[in-house]
Amino acid sequence: MPAIDLSVERGKTTVLIGPSGCGKSTLLRLIIGLLEPDSGEIQFGGTQLRADKIDIVRQRVGYVIQEGGLFPHLTARGNILLMARHLGRDQNEMRARLSELCSLTRFPESLLDRYPLELSGGQRQRVSLMRALMLSPELLLLDEPLGALDPLVRAALQKDLKEIFSRLRQTALLVTHDLAEAAYLGDEIVLMNEGRIIQQGSLVDLQQSPASEFVSEFINAQRVLTFQ
Amino acid sequence: MNRRVRRGHREFLIVSAISAFSAVIINGVAAEPVRIGSKKFTESYVLGEIAKRSLSGAGIPAEHRQGMGGTIILWEALRSGQIDAYPEYTGTIVQEILKRHDELTFEQIANELGKAGIGMTEPLGFNNSYALVMQRERASALGIRAISDLKKHPELKFGLTHEFLGRQDGWRPLADHYRLNPQSVIGIDHALGYSVLRSGQIDVKDAYSTDAKIEEYDLTVLEDDQKFFPRYEAVFLFRHALPEPAIEALRKLEGTVDEAKMTRLNAEAERTKNYAQAANLYFDPNARSTSPFGESFPRELARWTVRHLELAGFSLLLSVLVGIPLGIWASRGGAVGHVILGFAGIVQTIPSLALLALLVPLPFFGISVRTAIVALFLYGLLPIVRNTATGLQDIPRTLRESAVALGLSPRARLWQIYLPMASRPILAGIKTSAVINIGTATLAALIGAGGLGEPILSGLNLNDHATILQGAIPAAMLALLVQSLFDLLDRVLIPKGLRL
Repeated sequence: MPAIDLSVERGKTTVLIGPSGCGKSTLLRLIIGLLEPDSGEIQFGGTQLRADKIDIVRQRVGYVIQEGGLFPHLTARGNILLMARHLGRDQNEMRARLSELCSLTRFPESLLDRYPLELSGGQRQRVSLMRALMLSPELLLLDEPLGALDPLVRAALQKDLKEIFSRLRQTALLVTHDLAEAAYLGDEIVLMNEGRIIQQGSLVDLQQSPASEFVSEFINAQRVLTFQ
Repeated sequence: MNRRVRRGHREFLIVSAISAFSAVIINGVAAEPVRIGSKKFTESYVLGEIAKRSLSGAGIPAEHRQGMGGTIILWEALRSGQIDAYPEYTGTIVQEILKRHDELTFEQIANELGKAGIGMTEPLGFNNSYALVMQRERASALGIRAISDLKKHPELKFGLTHEFLGRQDGWRPLADHYRLNPQSVIGIDHALGYSVLRSGQIDVKDAYSTDAKIEEYDLTVLEDDQKFFPRYEAVFLFRHALPEPAIEALRKLEGTVDEAKMTRLNAEAERTKNYAQAANLYFDPNARSTSPFGESFPRELARWTVRHLELAGFSLLLSVLVGIPLGIWASRGGAVGHVILGFAGIVQTIPSLALLALLVPLPFFGISVRTAIVALFLYGLLPIVRNTATGLQDIPRTLRESAVALGLSPRARLWQIYLPMASRPILAGIKTSAVINIGTATLAALIGAGGLGEPILSGLNLNDHATILQGAIPAAMLALLVQSLFDLLDRVLIPKGLRL
């Protein structure tokens, strides 16, 4: 992957979009420290990400993946509270935060004691989102969070996500390959190809002043699918 | 909070189990009675019992480790202090222990042994020489009366004990001495040899001249016409370190058993399948079958079973404590992982008997419970190591990454995520080890470590199926019980979310 330079705006949702294998997921994995850069550095809040500090950074960044990544041996509650318990957070504080998150994500509190296998795909993603939001992260990373859901559930969750992000003024970096989703959720769209950022801006920018042939091609291809 | 409490509780249980097991082992060693050993044949068992009774009669606590093995095992056990005394024969001492080929006087033998810190009683009163025996009709039909007559019949089939085949005063030198060259010589267990001799599958077998079977089966003892076999006067060997009263109690047995009496005691032991009872007959010729000294069967069974569970349980605990960390290490792959899995796999391929035999001569081990536990521990290792390693490796990458991305410390990831998720295969490995251990622990009796193998071994020596089953059936039931116990444990230890 060539050098890449990306900064995201605080309180806004930035969407990374591009064809499969363009490096958008890799970028998220670099940020959360699942991969290490060959060279260069990643800064977080002005400090450089280093191996010895990475866990502290991870606790300030939320990460949601396509299949949810919920641990099957823990209940929904166990998954959501895992980190807070690990850090020894106050019981009452945790309880209050949990019910706040439940209403925020429209997740019934009665389902909190269910195990992941007892929940639907959409419910699992809501739990995964709550787990990522539990410690009020400064940055939320979402790697195709809705990719595995059927269209109706997906639409409902898109709407809820947009609402949640704006209510929390959440700084979020979301990866998708669906232009409609990117346009709906993103304040800013970053189009990537072959490990490079091709163009950054709003959907209108991308449509009206494409930086290259590839940008038009990508947008037109998607439009055919979207508006056919 | 709830979960945290339960986890603490579980740790407490494990710690308690460890302390309980340690207590059992330490107590087992704490009280030190005089330890009498015996070899793996009826007469030695009976003499061992008699010595134990004689010591107990003098108010000295004594225990009898029955049928520990052959001459070298007993001698090494005596010299290294794992036992305090055992019955031996002068001929065996000269040939096997002192490795001399010349005739030694009784005093010379005593002097030689004294150099090793071992004392010897005066003869007990009978000569139990090696002998070759045949069925009476077969011998007279062929006109065989003495060993030299065998030269004319190379077609005869010889079935000899493994010890006789290997001894300095055994088969090789005997065959050289008499110039025997039979076409067929096989090695066979002593007691089993009698039944195949009787059924005609072999023609000639080695025996002890006081064997009860000689009378019972009406066998002919071939005359040692060229005087090959040395005299085998029965004596007790004991450690000089033994307290004087204990030595006195052994010396009281000197000159008290003649050949006829010994043959009768042997016959009684084989008839009743009870060595303690045969020993009673020594002290009271009119003793009835029910004796206050013989243990009742339920008590005996309880003793065997408890020991069996100690052996299997403690070794399993060690396998778990060592196997799971090794499995975790191996799950990280690389060279170390290969070495660990390879080592555990190789141990598993060593036959269990051979593993015991390899451990016995090592310092620290010897004829002891310790050796049995270590051997069982090594056997139990592979299933636990392998299942732990593969269980951990099978956790999907996305879930590993989720645990990392959350910012959990490596320790928390292992304890709260990876190990619980791999709990099913890990428990399955422990279950396999437990069942293997229950079965293999029967072999512990071979090195005097007791357990349900004791009746199995006695039964084999006596060629008595009922006695074998007394050990085999409880051992099999124990294995089934342990299996179902672990099925229950699965419900407690495997998180509910993984059982949906």
